[in-house]
Amino acid sequence: MSPAGLYHPGASVLHRLPAGLKLAGLAAGVTGLLLLDQLWWLGAAAVVVAALHAVARVPARLALAQVRPLLWFGAFLLGAQLLLTDWQRALSVVLTLVLSVALAGLVTLTTRVSAMLDVAETLLGPLRRVGVRPDRVGLVLALTIRGVPVIAGIAGTVREAHHARGSVGRPWALLVPVLVRVLRHADALGDALAARGADDEPGSRHGTSSDRP
Amino acid sequence: MFAALIAVLGLPGQLLLFGNSVPVTLQTLGVMLAGSLLGPRLGALSVASFLALVAAGLPLLAGGRGGLGVFAGPSVGYLLGWVAGAGVIGWVLRFTGPRYRPVLGFAANVIGGLGVIYAVGIPLQAWITDTSLLVAAGFAAVFLVGDLIKAVIATLVAAGVHRAYPQLSSRPSAALR
Repeated sequence: MSPAGLYHPGASVLHRLPAGLKLAGLAAGVTGLLLLDQLWWLGAAAVVVAALHAVARVPARLALAQVRPLLWFGAFLLGAQLLLTDWQRALSVVLTLVLSVALAGLVTLTTRVSAMLDVAETLLGPLRRVGVRPDRVGLVLALTIRGVPVIAGIAGTVREAHHARGSVGRPWALLVPVLVRVLRHADALGDALAARGADDEPGSRHGTSSDRP
Repeated sequence: MFAALIAVLGLPGQLLLFGNSVPVTLQTLGVMLAGSLLGPRLGALSVASFLALVAAGLPLLAGGRGGLGVFAGPSVGYLLGWVAGAGVIGWVLRFTGPRYRPVLGFAANVIGGLGVIYAVGIPLQAWITDTSLLVAAGFAAVFLVGDLIKAVIATLVAAGVHRAYPQLSSRPSAALR
């Protein structure tokens, strides 16, 4: 997996807008889509969404990949709606869904993961009062990203060990040794964090505040 | 909070991720394992941070999906249900004593991993797609057998891990000290 995730690099207006603004726009856009129930309005919305993709210069292949998971579900939904209501209603429900997903996908494609996580950290700011520590949340998320290749490596090692012993059989038998190693890795990571003073247990906050410049 | 807690929080994606590297939708298996191994609080938090990364645009879901689009789609309820499901599994297991017993573990996986996830997923899907609860439930029924199999596998794996790594059951008390 690339660290950039689904982000598609570019220099368009949409790429340069602040992530927070894009998220606000997305929220407004999806709410707006839910309020539109006339087909021609949805058609106009589809044109707008397509135009936004064009402005961002997102390749059609990537844009379609965002909505492709909806394909079979959309077909099922269309069928169910046709049985229950009329074709206008069926079409507008499916269109609303596809357009919402496409719009959200566009924000994802034009925004770096790091920018998105920064927004999350900012949004969590007010929760400081109830004991949430945004910086700690950020650390956990960063560790999680780092954990992805770690786990992949552990899984590879365990699989090779099994092959070397000529074991074949239930694939979930591999899961147990992998998880044990993962948990051990997590414990070691916890010790390392504690040794560096990243331990927020109330009783053990010895001098961490004086460490800060 | 205890530092080991934070560390295990780093696990989240990992448990789920592993589910991702094996065939396709084994991810509910990861959710069940998170609840069975990490307890209610960490289990739910680890799934939540996994979803936060998905929302931020990492393609961690089965089939390389991810991004905000997933959360605008019809399955958003199931994703939110994962968090509640992992929490409920861990919570149920609190009452079954410190030892992991497979029969009770399986019951917990069915309650949290199927019951809770469907209970959140179906109504939200019905609402988003503007259909009746019955239609959405019918759609969910397609996955019922697969999810039951996953509950069995999750139970077997969790039992094995608990046996191989007994410190796991003592962690909740360590976290509170």
